[in-house]
Amino acid sequence: MARSDMQVEVIVGLEIHVQLCTASKLFCGCAVESGQPANSLVCPVCLGMPGVLPVMNKKAVEYAALTGLALNCQIASFTKWDRKSYYYPDLPKNYQVSQYDLPLAHHGFIEIPLPSGQTKRIRIRRVHLEEDAGKNLHATGNFSQVDLNRTGTPLMEIVTEPDMNNATEVKALAMELQRIVRYIGASEADMQKGQMRFEPNVNLAITRHGQVFKSPIAEVKNLNSFRALEKSVDFEAQRQLEEFLATGLTLQTGNKTTRGWDDAHEVTVLQREKEEAHDYRYFPEPDLVPVRVDEAWLDRIKAGICELPLQRQLRFVREYGLNDYDAGVLTLERSTADFFDDAVKAGGQPKRICNLLTQVGLKIANERGCRFVDLGIKSRDVAALAEMIDRGQVNASAGARILAEMVATGRDPQTLSGQLNLLQKSDASELEALVDQVLEACPQALDEIRSGGKKGPKARSYLVGQVMQRTQGQANPAVVSEIMARRLGI
Amino acid sequence: MPNPLLDMGCLDLREAIGQHQITSVQAAQAVFDEMDQWEPVLGAYLSTFAQQALERAEQMDRRMASGDRLGPLAGVPVAVKDNMCTAFGTTTCGSKILANFHAPYNAAVIDRLLAADAVIVGKTNMDEFAMGSSTENSGLGRTINPWDVTRVPGGSSGGSAAAVAARLCFAALGSDTGGSIRQPASFCGIVGLKPTYGRVSRYGLVAYGSSLDQIGPMARSVADCALMLNVIAGHDPRDSTSVDEKTAPVGDCLKDLDKPVAGLRIGIVPQATEGADRPVRDAVTEAVEVYRKSGATVVEVDMPHLDYAIAAYYVIATAEASSNLARYDGVHYGHRTANPRDYVEVYTKSRAEGFGQEVKRRIMLGTYALSSGYYDAYYLKALKVRNLIRRDFANAFERCDCILMPVAPTTAFKLGEKSTDPLQMYLADVYTISANLAGIPAISIPAGCDGHGLPIGLQVLCPAFAEQRLLRIARMFESKTDWHTRKPAWGSHGTK
Repeated sequence: MARSDMQVEVIVGLEIHVQLCTASKLFCGCAVESGQPANSLVCPVCLGMPGVLPVMNKKAVEYAALTGLALNCQIASFTKWDRKSYYYPDLPKNYQVSQYDLPLAHHGFIEIPLPSGQTKRIRIRRVHLEEDAGKNLHATGNFSQVDLNRTGTPLMEIVTEPDMNNATEVKALAMELQRIVRYIGASEADMQKGQMRFEPNVNLAITRHGQVFKSPIAEVKNLNSFRALEKSVDFEAQRQLEEFLATGLTLQTGNKTTRGWDDAHEVTVLQREKEEAHDYRYFPEPDLVPVRVDEAWLDRIKAGICELPLQRQLRFVREYGLNDYDAGVLTLERSTADFFDDAVKAGGQPKRICNLLTQVGLKIANERGCRFVDLGIKSRDVAALAEMIDRGQVNASAGARILAEMVATGRDPQTLSGQLNLLQKSDASELEALVDQVLEACPQALDEIRSGGKKGPKARSYLVGQVMQRTQGQANPAVVSEIMARRLGI
Repeated sequence: MPNPLLDMGCLDLREAIGQHQITSVQAAQAVFDEMDQWEPVLGAYLSTFAQQALERAEQMDRRMASGDRLGPLAGVPVAVKDNMCTAFGTTTCGSKILANFHAPYNAAVIDRLLAADAVIVGKTNMDEFAMGSSTENSGLGRTINPWDVTRVPGGSSGGSAAAVAARLCFAALGSDTGGSIRQPASFCGIVGLKPTYGRVSRYGLVAYGSSLDQIGPMARSVADCALMLNVIAGHDPRDSTSVDEKTAPVGDCLKDLDKPVAGLRIGIVPQATEGADRPVRDAVTEAVEVYRKSGATVVEVDMPHLDYAIAAYYVIATAEASSNLARYDGVHYGHRTANPRDYVEVYTKSRAEGFGQEVKRRIMLGTYALSSGYYDAYYLKALKVRNLIRRDFANAFERCDCILMPVAPTTAFKLGEKSTDPLQMYLADVYTISANLAGIPAISIPAGCDGHGLPIGLQVLCPAFAEQRLLRIARMFESKTDWHTRKPAWGSHGTK
């Protein structure tokens, strides 16, 4: 943002809560599942009954450590659990087991792709684990109900440094992070199920007459879509600028505000004026022992790490000559990218496979609401289909149809091209006769070509189209064009 | 006259039942008959399970008759402190806030008692949430000392101590956060053992100070405590702080119990004993002599940080308690206020109505100690003191095998004598607290009586996981003295 008399820089740091995809909760054996009847996934431990004790879910620690590694963090060799105290009906113990001063991972960074094709490095301050709370259900009547199914679900909190300077970067980070946690299998990060939630901290650095003013920080709570995240940051930037111009209010200790997002009106709404003197009275959880991540354990976790999405996207551009957009689409899901890599290895031409996947395969998957790999087709069959197109055995549109049929029937492309009569005619003598027939039937087009006018190329593709039509699309358009050129003496 | 059967120890009773000289039902019935007569005065129990216990005793007798191999406590009537969760009856912690609380599960120690075929006769009174040294802080009833009905039984496991001393059970479980097993054992003239932290699973023990709490046995002999410890000790995957068998195997505490420890080196801490009453000091001095005569050598050890133990303890324990007790809020279970205006009032009023004075005091102390700006000055500093005390013990144990100390500076005091002065009450924990801070095992054994005929306990402390040695050392004293054979006169004299 800029006005003639001042420079405005937006500053955003992000807190992200990600639900880990463990089978059971963080400190007890209850299943982690959404959509179950209220209070059906509970036990004395997650209900916080008197006398119960937590037992750490090792898998959750591994997922969080894996995420830390993927975010280039240092993994703490010694970490511990702390109690964070506050009273709320959805928190049965009235404290949350979290990590305070010794997070599992810290001091990392994430590279985010920018629209320019460049990447930007955003520093990660910390990654820690904590237990989720339940849900208060505000039914009608003079009471509320509490559902504790979610209580104790493992949550990972990721905190970035305030290194983002606009809503596009914030959204790019959120999307990149989603892609990463899905890639490494730490989370499904399904925002509709609340498995990924964002809390941007926004303020402005306003430079006027050589002096820098910082606006008070606003934290927008609990955003669960990329759209809301992007819009709320934009809104805050604008709102804070207006507020600064009207009041001149600047950042001070204690004047951070908390705001909510009103999705219907696309505005942020004040929730807490001053940062209330929140005293969580953190202290080390005496019921759990500290976590020591030794080298052997860390090595085992490291073995689970794979090529990360952005690296892969860049490799697809570099090695396979794909454009940035296509490479991005193919690397959104690890399984799709794996499939693509496999198909290329099986001998298909990358660009051709990419087109089959992005233009046909992913479209069908989208319609079915599943992942591409769930369509059940084999990478070597797609590679074979790509080769058939490249060798001119079938044309591109026939290729698309064959791929759709592969999904529908599970048959291989060779069989399908025969069955559907989609094999191209490349036999010159047969096609020459057809070309002659067309030339004879379309003298007007012939004239336009011969006169060398503007309409020439269009007339030429019209003639090729006529030949294709007469062969029900089975003629090899390259061969037809070649015969046409010879006949026309061009 | 009380049934002489009630004077038997657990081991003897178990053997007699095994040899069909006594039935389990006879033993249980004797306990309930005695309760009928004396429990209205004593008030040791908050709940009893006559029908359930007699049925179980019958079942034991049937199994015994059919030749089943039964557990080490088969048919032995035992009691448990009411802060250990039982899937039957209530678990109140002596608090109004849990007066009607039915736990949905058994504590680990309850499962172990049942697996050993014990017969649980009832749950005993205690200071509310184990906070206190006289059982006067119970929100649900008053327990008196069977040696003198005008005196307290000690606390917080006062109900268990009184029940064991008065023959209303053969042994009991207590819990010890700062002396809550040892001090009432001393006041009631029985044996009470606080095991090493991590030795006995805390799963199902309603938490007071999580890093200090430990369950332990209370009985009328060292051997019975050893038997009980055998049953309840061991690793539990549900308690992350319980110690695994590889690090510190439990071992059989009855094995070699009667074998004196050769070349025993006794440590004494002269500076520590000064504050105790004369009869208590004399009892310790005489105990040292008993050991010396048994061939032990005596060394003086220095515990420079012992003076800070009480302060550190009351910061750590209350800080943990303020958090542990946050869950009693009227929302999910326990007492809920009648007509709250909003959910905040559900919290404030339920807690105001449900908790007693001492619990409120400690919650406030702990909340304050953890508050931002005070954490470093109080909680963090207390943890440092705790480490220094650990080190004091480690240094001391390089020169001796055990340390002898009083359990409490006095014998049982009068009901109401200290209840208006909480600080006086806290200061009386001076000898017991350090074992909890250091996590080491300590035992109280009968070692004398004062001018009023009230029992005096001797405390023996050993390094972590040295329960076997600790019990053998205690047994050395017991075998040379007869203090443990004294029993309160009230039963036979009909004090009422």
